[in-house]
Amino acid sequence: MLLTGQSGLGKSTMVNTLFKSKAWQSNLPSLEVPIPQTLELHSVTHVIEEKGLKLKLTVTDTPGFGDQINNDKCWDPILSYINQQYEQYLQEELLITRQRHIPDTRVHCCVYFVPPTGHCLRPLDIEFLQRLCRTVNVVPVIARADSLTIEERDAFRNRIQQDMNTHCIDVYPQKCLDEDINDRILNSKIRKQIPFAVVGADREHLVNGRCVLGRKTKWGVIEVENVAHCEFLLLRDLLIRSHLQDLKDITHNVHYENYRVLRLNESHQLPRGPGWVNLAPASPGQLTSPGPGKASRKSYRDTKDDEC
Amino acid sequence: MKVDCLPLVTVAVPVSSRSLILPLPPPLQQDKEYVGFAALPNQLHRKSVKKGFDFTLMVAGESGLGKSTLINSLFLTNLYEDRQVPDASARLTQTLTIERRGVEIEEGGIKVKLTLVDTPGFGDSVDCSDCWLPVVHFIEEQFEQYLRDESGLNRKNIQDSRVHCCLYFISPFGRGLRPLDVAFLRAVHDKVNIIPVIGKADALMPKETQVLKQKIRDQLKEEEINIYQFPECDSDEDEDFKKQDAEMKESIPFAVVGSSKVVKNVGTRPVRGRCYSWGTVEVENPHHCDFLNLRRMLVQTHLQDLKEVTHDLLYEGYRARCLQSLVRPGARDRASRSKLSRQSTTEIPLPMLPLAETEKLIREKDEELRRMQEMLEKMQAQMQQGQAQGEQSDAF
Repeated sequence: MLLTGQSGLGKSTMVNTLFKSKAWQSNLPSLEVPIPQTLELHSVTHVIEEKGLKLKLTVTDTPGFGDQINNDKCWDPILSYINQQYEQYLQEELLITRQRHIPDTRVHCCVYFVPPTGHCLRPLDIEFLQRLCRTVNVVPVIARADSLTIEERDAFRNRIQQDMNTHCIDVYPQKCLDEDINDRILNSKIRKQIPFAVVGADREHLVNGRCVLGRKTKWGVIEVENVAHCEFLLLRDLLIRSHLQDLKDITHNVHYENYRVLRLNESHQLPRGPGWVNLAPASPGQLTSPGPGKASRKSYRDTKDDEC
Repeated sequence: MKVDCLPLVTVAVPVSSRSLILPLPPPLQQDKEYVGFAALPNQLHRKSVKKGFDFTLMVAGESGLGKSTLINSLFLTNLYEDRQVPDASARLTQTLTIERRGVEIEEGGIKVKLTLVDTPGFGDSVDCSDCWLPVVHFIEEQFEQYLRDESGLNRKNIQDSRVHCCLYFISPFGRGLRPLDVAFLRAVHDKVNIIPVIGKADALMPKETQVLKQKIRDQLKEEEINIYQFPECDSDEDEDFKKQDAEMKESIPFAVVGSSKVVKNVGTRPVRGRCYSWGTVEVENPHHCDFLNLRRMLVQTHLQDLKEVTHDLLYEGYRARCLQSLVRPGARDRASRSKLSRQSTTEIPLPMLPLAETEKLIREKDEELRRMQEMLEKMQAQMQQGQAQGEQSDAF
C-alpha cells in the first residue's frame, strides 16, 4: 500500500488506525521533523496476525509530496517507484529458473489523501491522479474530514466525482473491470461513496463507558469507528475485508500486464511465438504512463480480458 | 470660567487607547482657573465621527481555508453572497487575481468604510513560484498612488487606499509554515501589517493547536518575519485590560473558526457555529477558538493603531526607499546649479509613472514646484531685509 498526499493530512495516523497496531511506531513523524526538500519514500514492512492468518503489510509513505513552492513533476519519483516494483517482478518472472513464489513487492493500492478544502480538486491533485490511475489502483480519500460538516462533505464529494469524470480519472473500483452483475451492484454502491471522508486517530478515549479510538476536542469526541461521524469503517472494509484480494488481482492482471506489454515490446525480448502481436516499440516517454486499455492481444496465459 | 458639561460618550469607537474618551473634570470652584482644553478629546471624537473611518483589509492564503466565511463572521455581513467557486477545470488555468470589495458598515452612529482585498488563486497551481508578486505589486501600487496624491497640489480629498492590514491564513493541516507561506510573508512583511491566522481551527485538538502555534511562532522568529506587533499597554490601564491584552498577545497566531450559519441548540440562545454530529463548535466561545480575540483586536482596540503603523512606519519606509532611489541621480545635477543647500531636500521628484500621458502632468507639477520655491526664496530674502531694517530701526 502506498500512501500519498500533502504532509499533515494524517497519513501515518491512518495506517495505525487501519491496522490497530502501531505499524508506524519507529517512524512517527513529530512536528520537529522538517519537511524534506525532495520527495522521499519511506517503506515499512510488518507482519500482522489476526485469527491465525498472517498478512505481510508493506506501507510506503511519501513525505514531502506537494509541499514545495514549485510542485511540477513531483509525481515522478512516485511513478518511478511503482514501475520499479513492476520491473523487479518482471525480471524475476523472466529468469530461466525462477522461484516458485516470486516475492511480490508491487504496489497493490495507492491511497491518495485529498485535503478538505471543501471546494474541488486542486490542479496538483488532478495532474497526479490522472497519471496514477493508469499505473496502479487508486483510492482517493478526503483526509481530516473532521473539519467538514455532513452537508459540506456531500457537496465536496459530488464536486470531486464530477471533476474526476471531467478529467477521465478512473479510480478503484474501475467500472470497466466489473466481472458480473453482482460485482457491478456492489461496486456502484462503493463508487457513489468515493472518496470516503475519513478521520484517523491513534488514541483511545472513554465515551459512554466504551473505549473508542477518537479525537477529543472541547466540543465533543470524534469517534473514528462511528459511521455517523466518518467513513473510516467503509475504507477499512474496502481495503482489507472485502476487496483486498481483488486489489491484488487487478494489480497483477491489469496494471502489471500493461507494464509488461510495454516493456517487452520495447525491448523485443519476447520470442515470436503464438500470441505475439507486432506492436511498434513504445517511445521512452510513454513508459511512465501507459495509457488505459491496451491493444488487443491473445495472451498465452489464462488471464482476464482487459479490454475496456 | 464655565464649561458646558458634555455627557460621557461611550460608543465602541476604534481607538488605540481605551481611555481616550475622558470624562470632563467636574466644574471646579470659581477661584481655581482652568483653560478647559480637557474637552479637546471630545472635539476630536466628534470630528472623526463626522469624517467616518475607512479601513482596507487584505486576506491571503490558499483556497479552502475558510477566508470568506471568516470575513462574513467578523463583520456580520455577507460580502461573498453571490460567490461562485470555480470548478477544477477553471482552476487549472486560473492565475492569481486581486479582487476588491467595498462595504459601508454602521454601528452606533459610527460609519466605517471597509474595503476588502481578496487574492483568489493564491497557491492553487502546481507551480506557485512568484505567485506572490501580483500581491506585492498591488500593495506598492497603493503606496505609490498615495505618494503621488500627497505630493500633488490638491490634497484635500486624498483617498487612502493603502492596505492597512493583511490577514494571512495558515493551513491547520501542515506542520507549521510551508515554504510558500514563508516566501509570501518575506515578500510583504515590510510593506503591510501581517496578522497570521490559523484557518479552520476546528480540525485541531487543543494540544495540537498549542503545538502548532508555538511552531509557527518559532518559525517566524527564525525566518525574521516581522508580523504586526501589538503596542504595549500603558501602565495606567486597569488590570483586566492588561490581562486581556496579554492573553491576546499569547494567542498569536489566532486559531479561528468562521461560520455564516446560526445554530440553535436546545436550552441555549442561538449562536453562530458549526454543527457536527459529535458536537457544535461555537464561533464566539473563547474556549473553542480565538475568533473573539481576533475581532476585538482588529476592530475594537487596534484598528486605529494598524492605520497609524501603516502610515507612520510602512508608508514612510516605502517613501524613503522610493525617493532615495530617485533623488540621488537627479540631485547631483541640481545641487551644482542651485545656490541654497537645501534645494535637494525640498525638490520632490515625483515617481516615474508608467503611462506616457501622465508624464506631462509630472512636468507641469515640477514647474509649479520650482515656481513656488522661487517665491519662497524671494519671501525669505524679503524677510531678511525686513529683519535687517527692523534691527536698524531698533538701534535707533
